[in-house]
Amino acid sequence: MNRRKIRVLVAKPGLDGHDRGARVIARALRDAGFEVIYTGLHQTPEQVAETALQEDVDVVGLSILSGAHMTLVPRIKKLLIDNGMGEVLMVVGGIIPGDDAEKLLKEGHAEQIFTPGDSLDRIIGYISSKF
Amino acid sequence: MHQLVTDLLNGNRRAAARMISHVENDDLIKRELLKELYPHTGKAYLIGITGAPGSGKSSLVDCLLQEMRNDGLKIGVIAVDPTSPFSGGAILGDRIRMQDHALDHNIFIRSMGTRGSLGGLSRSTREAIQVLDAFGKDIILIETVGVGQSEVDIVKTADTTVVVLTPAGGDSVQTIKAGIMEIADIFVINKADLPGTERTTTEINVMLDMKKEGGWRPPVVQTVSVQNKGINYLWESLQEHRIYMQESGTLENIRLERVKRELTDQVEFLLKNSVWNQVKEEIKLDRLVEEIARREKDPYSAASELLDKLNIFEQKAGEDG
Amino acid sequence: MEKEKLHKLKGQMNTWGKNIEDSSDRKDSFVTVSGRPVKALYTPLDTEKLDYEKDLGFPGSYPYTRGVQGNMYRGRIWTMRQFSGFGDAYDSNRRYRYLLEQGQTGLSVAFDMPTIMGYDSDHDRSLGEVGRCGVAVDSLEDMEILFNHIPLDQVTTSMTINGPASILWCMYLANAEKQGIKLDKVGGTIQNDILKEYIAQKSWIFPPEPSMRLITDIFAFASEHVPRWNTISISGYHIREAGSTAAQELAFTLADGFAYVEAGMAAGLDIDSFAPRLSFFFNAHIDFFEEICKYRAARRIWARRMKERYGAKDERSLKLRFHTQTAGCSLTAQEPENNIIRTALEALSAVLGGTQSLHTNSMDEVLALPTEKAVKVALRTQQIIAHESGVANTADPLAGSYFIETLTDMLESEAEEYFQKIEDLGGVLAAIDQGFFQQEIADAAYTYQRAVDSEDQVIVGVNRYNSGETAEIELLKIDPSVEAKQVERLRALKKKRDNIAVRHKLEDLQKSAASVENIIPRILAAVKVYATEGEIVASLKEVFGEYKEKPLF
Repeated sequence: MNRRKIRVLVAKPGLDGHDRGARVIARALRDAGFEVIYTGLHQTPEQVAETALQEDVDVVGLSILSGAHMTLVPRIKKLLIDNGMGEVLMVVGGIIPGDDAEKLLKEGHAEQIFTPGDSLDRIIGYISSKF
Repeated sequence: MHQLVTDLLNGNRRAAARMISHVENDDLIKRELLKELYPHTGKAYLIGITGAPGSGKSSLVDCLLQEMRNDGLKIGVIAVDPTSPFSGGAILGDRIRMQDHALDHNIFIRSMGTRGSLGGLSRSTREAIQVLDAFGKDIILIETVGVGQSEVDIVKTADTTVVVLTPAGGDSVQTIKAGIMEIADIFVINKADLPGTERTTTEINVMLDMKKEGGWRPPVVQTVSVQNKGINYLWESLQEHRIYMQESGTLENIRLERVKRELTDQVEFLLKNSVWNQVKEEIKLDRLVEEIARREKDPYSAASELLDKLNIFEQKAGEDG
Repeated sequence: MEKEKLHKLKGQMNTWGKNIEDSSDRKDSFVTVSGRPVKALYTPLDTEKLDYEKDLGFPGSYPYTRGVQGNMYRGRIWTMRQFSGFGDAYDSNRRYRYLLEQGQTGLSVAFDMPTIMGYDSDHDRSLGEVGRCGVAVDSLEDMEILFNHIPLDQVTTSMTINGPASILWCMYLANAEKQGIKLDKVGGTIQNDILKEYIAQKSWIFPPEPSMRLITDIFAFASEHVPRWNTISISGYHIREAGSTAAQELAFTLADGFAYVEAGMAAGLDIDSFAPRLSFFFNAHIDFFEEICKYRAARRIWARRMKERYGAKDERSLKLRFHTQTAGCSLTAQEPENNIIRTALEALSAVLGGTQSLHTNSMDEVLALPTEKAVKVALRTQQIIAHESGVANTADPLAGSYFIETLTDMLESEAEEYFQKIEDLGGVLAAIDQGFFQQEIADAAYTYQRAVDSEDQVIVGVNRYNSGETAEIELLKIDPSVEAKQVERLRALKKKRDNIAVRHKLEDLQKSAASVENIIPRILAAVKVYATEGEIVASLKEVFGEYKEKPLF
């Protein structure tokens, strides 16, 4: 019997300490049957990518509220690709203005972006739909 | 040889990570991979770290990693956290404490959920250990769930078992649950800057002296992991215990035990699989269950009859999981 | 009320209860945003035990339930203090001068994340974050630019800085001295509240013990040399933003306050030498009455404990003075103009609760740092409350309301229960170590989010009346070249300063850190020779170590 579980890395890159969203999402994902690996705060892009590799995750969820998303997201995506993990589903949540979000999606740095007000159900529904 | 195995033996971290996923998910390819890996295992020394939640196991592992790296060792870490029995999901957060080592390529950290196992380890921990062993790690640290259900698994799995306690505060060590005294090769009193440390240490020492049976006498090491204090003593104790295990022949014995258990497990596994595969093909199990439920048959006779119908010992055992 | 009358009232209550039995409610339960059940009606029966003199008293007198000033806002309106900072010191200096021209009465500095975490702008970890969430300050030079043409004896400045508070404070003081202002004329506030960082905000640097020592050193230095400075702003704001309930915000913040009092006393300071300079910082969330009661309860609890438990004698030690900021977490990205209304309601609750200063969020803050226009609307909101609404005419106008007094009592007793729990765990530091606060907050945040998802908690424009329109408002863009410019200026500074003096002062600092002397004069000496924040923090880390978070969910 196969007991595969979808593994999700919930990561907090950058220097801000606002982990309310990341923690709420982590719990909601657990309650929806996912295996969540949480990195803790203040991670560098290199730490996030290496953790994704060692933990062999299916999804990388980044929570960024510091405004540094245009620097951090492309960098992490590139490191993932360098690690042979380009196929990993990249999801970003945080305070991301519309045109920034559009750019990140269009240039392929992320597959989906969630902003304040998106419900847990919507986020979980999106991730579930991909597997 | 499977490409993944070749890559892993060449030190590819992604291959190691993929392989652990295969064993964890019980993928069809798993047994093939493990077979090919087996000749390359048996070199790593296995250290189990157990203790109640909040005793600071993860930060202790974090500190130990530094000590071991200073000695030039390559280390694998398997950190086990509980899977929710309700949702089947888990939050694996032990890494948080160890992220300073995330970029050190001589350290490989993997978080695992128990996925239904109750003994403090996950169902695939032993197989994941084999992967990291073949991957060339000198030491593999296994951090258990520490839910206090049963720490027996870790004793069977590790060469050295460390039990982490915190100063008992107002409570006496007597209240620490039975069974834990027997499994420890080393005791750690972590958070040893808290009141009650000396008393807890003394009480454990007294209890250990009462049980004197010759052989290894577990030391009681005080640490303050958040201040990186006492870790060098813990590392020394670990090395001493390893030497003791090797020189007394105990290590060889427990490893033979372990191999024997692996063999038994495999036989039982194949047998069980073979039976059920045939049952699935040849017998209408649902109907039989209904008959038993209606009390037209009893489960004891039904089981015997069922096995009589199968020719399990004449057939080659099926191998798929 | 007399017994007879009460008895009669009970009878009438029963009749009323029967009369409304048939009228169906539109919901199964009515609760506050914190999940607290609210009854359909409050009457004198609920406030039967209220003792006016003992529980309320007069404004400006013990137990200060009704406010800390005798004539409240009839004397002076609260300080309108808009928190701001972005880009480099030049950008922020321009914004401060604009705000002062618009009638703002105090400054409040927001630093960027690298500054908050103790990294210089040229550090690897600062990449992409310089000047994003606030202003980048690396050295005294930046501080000089930040307050250029702003006389530091005429404004008071609040600085939101915690882990490295001592360093930024020293830069501010050194800058004041350079402006020719004596330290006893300088006024302001540093947040300096490290406990809530471990609990909620999570911008920590050093472990708790050395962090507490830095704080008590600041208490001691300020009471001697900078008497007008509020040495700490004990903050519930971030605890609430992290998802706590109102009662948790109240209880955890006050528990932190008492922990600082105990730390100061343990360091050998006389309570009345430092307690008058302790100030507080609360959140104004959307649940109108609960918030008002929270502030009233806070004042009463503080006064009682300070007097009865810690033996404070100076009445200034008993007065809980606080700043309020409206709740960032209550704002929505959808239809951001609605945030103006939310903020107005929240601001009104803070005023009715007797705040000493107030920040009103701008409507666009959920999307980015605020534009000048959005900041102006936010400031105007306060001015309308102050000068048009009439609520500032009388002190504590809601006192005596059956509901208000009942809720105030309930919040007080819930806080007392939490104090007991914290004490049983071994105090605030032990409770942090065991993850008590973090777990309580995480649970509350999760419960709240579930209530929003199930629409038990309505958020207009989000889970109800959602028009589906996307926000079309102008956002403030941080010029990406800010980071490069800041790094360049920092490198130039490192070349032109006296590097031998810097090295000596950093060595002195490390020696001081390892000793028990007051470290503030050493930090002051280091910033004066233009040692950077990052250099000072790195030197201290070598002595103090670093804090690591707890894996709790």
